[in-house]
Amino acid sequence: MLGLGVFLLMALTAMTGSWLAPHDPLEQDLLNSFLPPFWVAGADPAFLLGTDNLGRDVLSRLIYGTRVALMVAVIAATLTGMLGTTVGLLAGFFGGWVDTLVSRMVDIWMAFPAVLLSIVLVAVIGAGLHAVIIAIIVIDWTRFCRVVRAETMVQCQQDYVASAVTIGLSRRRRLFVEILPNILPLLISLLTLEMGIAVVVEAILSYVGLSVASDAATWGGLIQEGRLYVNQAPWLMVFPIACIIVAVLGFNALGDGLRSAFDPVLRR
Amino acid sequence: MTAASLLRRLLLSVPTLFGVLIINFVLLRVVPGDPIAMMIGPGATPEDIQNLRQIYGLDKSIYQQFLLYLGDFLSGDLGTSISMRQDVVELIVGRLPVTLELALVAIAISLVGIVGLGITASIWKGRWPEVLIDVFSGFVQAVPDFLWALLFILIFGVLWASMPIFGRMDLAVEFDPLTQFYLFESLFRGDLVVFRSILMHILLPALSLALPLIAIGARLLKSSINESMAQDYVQLARVKGFSHFRIVVSQAFPNALIPTVTLTGVQMTFLIGGTVLVERIFGYPGLGNMAIDAVINRDLPLIQGIVLTFAVMFIVLNILIDMTYAFLNPRLRHD
Repeated sequence: MLGLGVFLLMALTAMTGSWLAPHDPLEQDLLNSFLPPFWVAGADPAFLLGTDNLGRDVLSRLIYGTRVALMVAVIAATLTGMLGTTVGLLAGFFGGWVDTLVSRMVDIWMAFPAVLLSIVLVAVIGAGLHAVIIAIIVIDWTRFCRVVRAETMVQCQQDYVASAVTIGLSRRRRLFVEILPNILPLLISLLTLEMGIAVVVEAILSYVGLSVASDAATWGGLIQEGRLYVNQAPWLMVFPIACIIVAVLGFNALGDGLRSAFDPVLRR
Repeated sequence: MTAASLLRRLLLSVPTLFGVLIINFVLLRVVPGDPIAMMIGPGATPEDIQNLRQIYGLDKSIYQQFLLYLGDFLSGDLGTSISMRQDVVELIVGRLPVTLELALVAIAISLVGIVGLGITASIWKGRWPEVLIDVFSGFVQAVPDFLWALLFILIFGVLWASMPIFGRMDLAVEFDPLTQFYLFESLFRGDLVVFRSILMHILLPALSLALPLIAIGARLLKSSINESMAQDYVQLARVKGFSHFRIVVSQAFPNALIPTVTLTGVQMTFLIGGTVLVERIFGYPGLGNMAIDAVINRDLPLIQGIVLTFAVMFIVLNILIDMTYAFLNPRLRHD
């Protein structure tokens, strides 16, 4: 429930961002730079969470960052899940050379440092939201693939699959109508876990300066700007870090909640 | 591990390395975007582009290019960095020790942490030390590891400004190193002032790398010690009148090591990969920091070289982990 709350809050913030944000996230006000958040003396109530080095409103920038984070989380995690699950299902179901090929590829993939590879990929594709999403898909499909492959193999040994063979169900029906629904609870927790990872990867890439356009507000970008002025204005880093932690914990809680809601065994 | 099985293990990594080479090649040459256009600015003339194409062999077919790349790799030539105008191998050799030193310190901290916390939690099972350690590792794992580095900067750099948060050593400290292993060299030379400065700088980045590993490892070690405690040989040790402490440390712990090493081995590669970002955050002049600069400068040969270096490190690390199992597990030694 907590996870659902965080997710809905993020979705609401992202959708109503332009209306919710008290200021334009890019509007500079050099006379009001480095204003502290509201509970510190010298704060301006117009800027609830203070301002950055260029006098931009931190709260508004965080709100706009939510939109980027949520978009990357949902789109990237879904696409990554679709690719990884398909490959994993095929490898686990068919075995043989399909499995050998997939497993070898996963091995090779695991030999690359994920962070470095994502940075290189984004540099090659060209900075931007689509590049971030592609990088996440290219790197993280193995996470789904490994788990789904192993789970499919386990399911294939179960009696219900043997019965499906006996009653003459086609391979496609066995795979998609019988096996897939049984790994769905697992997929859901993987998916929400991946959403949290996607938020972190986006933050990493925008921290390095490779995500969306550099002046747009993203959590990672806010952290990177805050890192430069950490001694003058530590709150610039605190808020985006807090946002990321809440988002990641929220996604994980959402996964646990959904999993127990979907899994008849856990529900009992 | 016998020589034969070691050789077999080494041979098994050849296809992986080959796959890594292919992907590294494809990644930067075939994907959208002309590498030459990436290297030079928009003001270049067509002749400039043609010249560079020839220099980098890009006018040849893709297979010939790959063979050239493979040949260069085998002869130890990774090309010349575009942004630094230096040999890529030289650049990497210059920075690799910095990253290795950081990783080694991080691994050392993790090992001490894992063994210390794992054994402590097992000795005081069901009492407050175990509860405390469980809470700690749950909390550590809940926060994404990239954020620990930033949190440390906030905590130890700002809130309680007690540690340096940028660079490798104080600029005021005089040190004329022979190697890039500053920490080990200063200790070896007995130069304690320098050693202290370098140690203070390495501590926070190393700790940010070690923390996630400690959390996972300690939890694993604890549960495998608990499993070992149910075994017959532990019963025998109890009958012999060994103390609880001695049973945990000298009987259960060595047997619990194998599953822990297996599972934390994989995490160790994450630690190495994590250096890229942690070095960036702490302005630590290692390989990872250079990699990000190379990406920003679109320095293709350097990027390829560094990605390859990391991949080779991962492969070597995996072999080392396999060898460790064999060392820890007598049954595998005679395999």
